[in-house]
Amino acid sequence: MERSAVVCIVAPGGAKSLPWRELWAYRELIATLTVRDLALRFRQTVMGVAWIVLKPLVTMVVLTIIFGHVAKLPTNGQAPYPLIVLAGILPWSFFSTALGEITVSLVNNATLISKVYFPRIIIPTALLGTFLVDVLINLGLMLLLMIYYQFTPPWTIVFLPAFLILAALATLGPGLLFAALCVKYRDFRNIVPFGLQIGMFISPVGYLSSNISSDWRFIYSFNPLVGIIDGFRWALLGTESPYWPGLLVGIGVVLVALWIGVRQFQKAERAFADLI
Amino acid sequence: MSDMAIKAEGLGKKYVIGHLSRHTNATETLREKVIEKTTSGLGKARDYLLGRPIVIGDRAEDFWALKDVDFEIRKGEIVGFVGRNGAGKSTLLKILSRITEPSAGNAKIYGRVSSLLEVGAGFHAELTGRENIYLNGAILGMPRAVIRKNFDEIVAFSGVERFLDTPVKRYSSGMYVRLAFSVAVHLLSDILIVDEVLAVGDVEFQKKCLGKMEDVAQSQGRTVLFVTHNMGLVTSLCDRAFLLEAGRVTRSGTPAEIVSNYYSGSHGTPFSVDFEKGARRIGDSMATLLAARIENDKGATVGEVGIGTDFVVIMRYKLHGDYVRPPEPIFQFNTSGGQCAFVSVCTNKTAEAGIYEAVCKVPKNLLNSDTYYIDLMLRHSNVIDTFNFIERNALSVLVVDRSAHGILSDAKSVGSLGVVRPALDWSVRTVA
Repeated sequence: MERSAVVCIVAPGGAKSLPWRELWAYRELIATLTVRDLALRFRQTVMGVAWIVLKPLVTMVVLTIIFGHVAKLPTNGQAPYPLIVLAGILPWSFFSTALGEITVSLVNNATLISKVYFPRIIIPTALLGTFLVDVLINLGLMLLLMIYYQFTPPWTIVFLPAFLILAALATLGPGLLFAALCVKYRDFRNIVPFGLQIGMFISPVGYLSSNISSDWRFIYSFNPLVGIIDGFRWALLGTESPYWPGLLVGIGVVLVALWIGVRQFQKAERAFADLI
Repeated sequence: MSDMAIKAEGLGKKYVIGHLSRHTNATETLREKVIEKTTSGLGKARDYLLGRPIVIGDRAEDFWALKDVDFEIRKGEIVGFVGRNGAGKSTLLKILSRITEPSAGNAKIYGRVSSLLEVGAGFHAELTGRENIYLNGAILGMPRAVIRKNFDEIVAFSGVERFLDTPVKRYSSGMYVRLAFSVAVHLLSDILIVDEVLAVGDVEFQKKCLGKMEDVAQSQGRTVLFVTHNMGLVTSLCDRAFLLEAGRVTRSGTPAEIVSNYYSGSHGTPFSVDFEKGARRIGDSMATLLAARIENDKGATVGEVGIGTDFVVIMRYKLHGDYVRPPEPIFQFNTSGGQCAFVSVCTNKTAEAGIYEAVCKVPKNLLNSDTYYIDLMLRHSNVIDTFNFIERNALSVLVVDRSAHGILSDAKSVGSLGVVRPALDWSVRTVA
């Protein structure tokens, strides 16, 4: 081991480069924490892993009834409505649960932060990992439903990983920002869930985004979840190709948010142990 | 340069604390309350927009928990940091462990640091002992392979084999600290930082840990930084010690020098301390520790008593209000080796507001020749132990064995072993 070669300087406001190297150096910790969070979530629960599947399944049924049967929104007839809804729920529930949990992740790990050193960015990142596992499990549910509806997934399914990564980055940016803010202002514990509640209605979870009038579509696309959800539907069900200008705008918003999130996190990180 | 472990230059840590210029009281009207909340809310918003720290109250004051701290520590040294509560010891260790950032100065750290600042920090209560070992290792940046290699040794040292697959939330605090220490000491860090955590374990395990720390420093050339209130440990374990007072390193030197300096520190002598002169108020809203001293059988305040004389320990304290249950003064006597000799609880109690002196007479021919450190406590509930204050090593007294001619007897003789040396009745009978 490179004993004594490791020189670390502790100084105020130490200049920070972007954290990718730290993340790589601590990849084993990320894996360990991801597994820890996964294992912990279902310890002392009766239903166990079934909880992961149950929530989107129930949401799917409810949204199908409301939007499909009561409101009778058009589907362009390419795929069964429950599948369309589920393909929207997958990225949305990933985004909303992960963002909610990441916001409080630092506060929930207060003892760890105030007593042990490690790059703080690892906590939200590892948490993101556990919710990615959720998505994978729910994709299994999707597959079962496809078999039930005898629906053959289109070739566009090869783009699914790209949209998954986009969803993860879309979560990480605001997640880091809110997690850092939440250390100082616990208000965000209430603000974020509230914002997410509203967000669900301005994202095409229960309906297709083609229902939005074309005058508004571009502006609507500034919500990056629009592009992501459309992308999921396109990849999984081949419904209709995404609205490309909107998707590009969405990607832009995601990247800007990620940059702001990482920078603000690094700025706030130095004071975490004092504030938490 | 190559044998340097830590080099600190002008290290400082500033906190901003807020004050309320006007005390809020119960008779205040709703209107006043609304105005106050609004102005303080606006103030906070303004501070936030200007990027200034937000504090409770309307006046902010800078408080330096640590200031202008310089030192150099070489590889393989065991260094003790000594100081009263609030002197900045823990802040210093936190900075060196990179948990919190200094506000001034810098420290160069040559090597990987593992720190044990609190019992089982970094442990997750829901995880089992086994999972926690891996988690802790990962937090220190250890590859899994290294942890696996040391796993058996960690488990064997901690002695929790049977509970390895039990969530640590069901561990006793002793088991917790044993596992935590074991992990910290066996993972291959170059610098080990230990805050006062060993006090939790039993004496036997403490000894084991101290032995291990010495071994780690001597045979493996690793550096150990160590904070304790146990002066005995400082003298027996450390190569060098630093005395911290009010956020500054006021002295460094051999452990013996530092320990005696600690006692002759800002507010008194080792055997007579006036706590009101200290910067910090000791106690809570119910009671405050005022002063303490040791007197010999003639009523003189002394730091040294003969083995064959009575002496009294006196603690002066103030009760701020009337109590339902009278608080009990408790004295704990510790040997220079850090072992608890005995604990004595006052049985004669008062519950009304006032200033009191608790006097505890230690009979002659009880303690052996040694330096004893006395912890002063006031406990206000005997159902669950709740303390108004616990002041460790507040006093020290040297018990000396003088022969009839006033000459100190040989400390190494058989007769001087043990914590107590009671004068017992002996006789030798002829049986055949």
